[in-house]
Amino acid sequence: MTTYDWAPGFVAGDRPRIVTSRFEFEDSHTIERYLATGGYAGLRVALGRPAPEVHEEVRSSTLLGRGGAGFPAGVKWGLTPEGVYPRYLVVNGDESEPGTYKDRLLMERDPHQLIEGCLIACYAAGLSRCFLYIRGEMALAQERVATALNEAYETGYVGRNILGSDFSVDIVLHWGAGAYVVGEETALIESLEGNRGMPRLKPPFFPAAIGLYGKPTIVNNVETLANLPWIATNGAEAYTAIGTESSPGTRMVAVSGHVKRPGVFEIINGTTTFRDLLYGEEFCGGIRDDNDLKAFVPGGGSAPWFLPDQLDLPFEGRLVGAAGSMLGSGAIMVMDSTTDIPAAALTLTRFYAHESCGKCVPCREGGTWLMRILERVVEGQGTTDDLELLLEVGGSICPGSMPHAASSDLGLEAVPFPYRMTTICFVGPSAYVPVHSALTLFRSEFEERVAASRSRTRIPVTAVGGEQ
Amino acid sequence: MSRFNDTNLAIAGDIIARYPRPKSALIPLLHLAQEQDGHVTDEAMRQIAELVGVTPAEVLGTGSFYEMFRFERTGRYLINICGTMSCALMGARELMLAAERALGVHAGGTTDDGMFTLHQAECQAACTEAPCLQVNYRYRFKMTPDGVEKLIDDLRAGRLDDEIPPHGTLARVRQHIPADRAVGAVDPDDVDGPPPWIPVSVDGAGS
Ligand SMILES: Cc1cc2nc3c(=O)[nH]c(=O)nc-3n(C[C@H](O)[C@H](O)[C@H](O)COP(=O)(O)O)c2cc1C
Ligand code: SF4
Ligand code: FES
Repeated sequence: MTTYDWAPGFVAGDRPRIVTSRFEFEDSHTIERYLATGGYAGLRVALGRPAPEVHEEVRSSTLLGRGGAGFPAGVKWGLTPEGVYPRYLVVNGDESEPGTYKDRLLMERDPHQLIEGCLIACYAAGLSRCFLYIRGEMALAQERVATALNEAYETGYVGRNILGSDFSVDIVLHWGAGAYVVGEETALIESLEGNRGMPRLKPPFFPAAIGLYGKPTIVNNVETLANLPWIATNGAEAYTAIGTESSPGTRMVAVSGHVKRPGVFEIINGTTTFRDLLYGEEFCGGIRDDNDLKAFVPGGGSAPWFLPDQLDLPFEGRLVGAAGSMLGSGAIMVMDSTTDIPAAALTLTRFYAHESCGKCVPCREGGTWLMRILERVVEGQGTTDDLELLLEVGGSICPGSMPHAASSDLGLEAVPFPYRMTTICFVGPSAYVPVHSALTLFRSEFEERVAASRSRTRIPVTAVGGEQ
Repeated sequence: MSRFNDTNLAIAGDIIARYPRPKSALIPLLHLAQEQDGHVTDEAMRQIAELVGVTPAEVLGTGSFYEMFRFERTGRYLINICGTMSCALMGARELMLAAERALGVHAGGTTDDGMFTLHQAECQAACTEAPCLQVNYRYRFKMTPDGVEKLIDDLRAGRLDDEIPPHGTLARVRQHIPADRAVGAVDPDDVDGPPPWIPVSVDGAGS
């Protein structure tokens, strides 16, 4: 187990490395290091083959999107309507889901790998212009990617007639200005068009059909694209030899919160279990102060919570879905026995309520109500009715049964993912998910809290949501 | 000064030319204005409106959606303390209390000398390094209340001037697309047919 001062949080291990292979070098972000370590070899291989063949290679690698939804990249590229051009690539570097930390590392530590990935995607899918959208608050990542792009233009890897071929593409660096919801792909496109970052209604039209400027647009996550140079160089077969059939390759996972050694790891996809990650010596080495584990969020702030009961599940999308949650963006947040559960849930509900774009009423108003009610419960001014009110308000965002984990202590069986929703995007439901998980799995903590309420004077709930 | 100076006006022109439609440059230009003046002024918004072909109201309407744009005087150093789950679990509240004490303002406030604006922020994609904060979007990881006090001292004394530019400046390196290498931005409606490297034979029109 090794760490590097220049890659804060990253922990290297004795495992296959696909996207973090250069992190051991302090100068991994320079073109010199990149070229000295096999950089742009994947692009050369790709350019030596017809574009449809490269596309096919990626399709058969079953590379799953790493932005949250886990949709296979090669399949997505094939969803553009036949014969409609131009087609664009928009790179989603807006990383802001609570708990998630990996895309920023990939941009800061290996920007050329991302650029090469963009080029391979553009070549394979016939995308003629690429916009690389980096979260506004990431000054260093912007600097590193800008420098790398300048180097790549000068050396002929990006721009007109790349490496002397008929493949020409510009990569335009663009950055956001602080709005979580812009990470949602249609909001990202709105933002790139110079508008407020509000999601578009989909279906019927997904960005692959009608996207940026109304043209077919592929939106891919930074980590997804960072895998492409390796796949182009080594082939789909080598890629699928790592991990499992349904979740091949490796995956970046951040584990934060109450563990002994929080960190970001490149793990083998589909087989590594939550127990390995939380307790394994090569990973986090156990819960801090050897406390008991109370709960953990397995896939970013939007994911329903897990209990120690679920520790032996592998990091695999379908199994985690059946167990009542999702893998999302590869982010685990750990709560030990000292955690104040209602307060912890509030930090997430407040986040999503704050980040509502205001387009749908259930999210704009409901998210704010959930936050306000939960606030008064946490502050010792709640009543038992409030707990029912939380579920009622939540039910207006997600009608019907909500996914949750099984609990042997409570005699609960799992309700599988996903939920139903009355909103355009997942921000609204995500405000409810932590409330629902906390109330379902730790109801007694809420009941103790309201029983001990200091005051009978209700703090009024005045919904003012939708503010940014 | 609040219209773009000559250097920035040239940069603005370069930026606009990279997009198939000028309006896409709206957010980058707001950043440029904020970099020049420390916040976004009314004059800047009027000029951006002219440059990208929208109304000033649209510039404000769009800009005000985004957290990072400041439309009023802002401290030379904007301190954003993360308060989302991982940081909250690891002691974000103590950081905020220490910062409020050291600065004499509450979250949301700006010090009288115009040096600091303090904000509670959301997840900064550094959750394993919790609790963390940013000063003008430069990170400080695994912070302690003492560390916050020292940071504020250092900033006040100008000891971090090399590392942390004044509020408004993000990347200190700009993208340059050399004219002889650029493909150029084409209006999407002027494109028909696949790009040259897509074999037309696949489906008659390019797949
Ligand atoms: C509210 C919301 C926020 C999102 N934020 C991000 C993000 O920050 N980064 C990201 O890559 N995907 C994010 N996504 C997922 C994107 O919509 C999209 O699925 C993804 O970028 C596609 O890339 P992939 O197929 O390579 O995973 C978000 C989705 C939602 C609903
Ligand atoms: S769910 Fe919330 S964030 Fe998403 S579109 Fe609706 S109002 Fe906006
Ligand atoms: S919760 Fe603070 S950086 Fe993610």
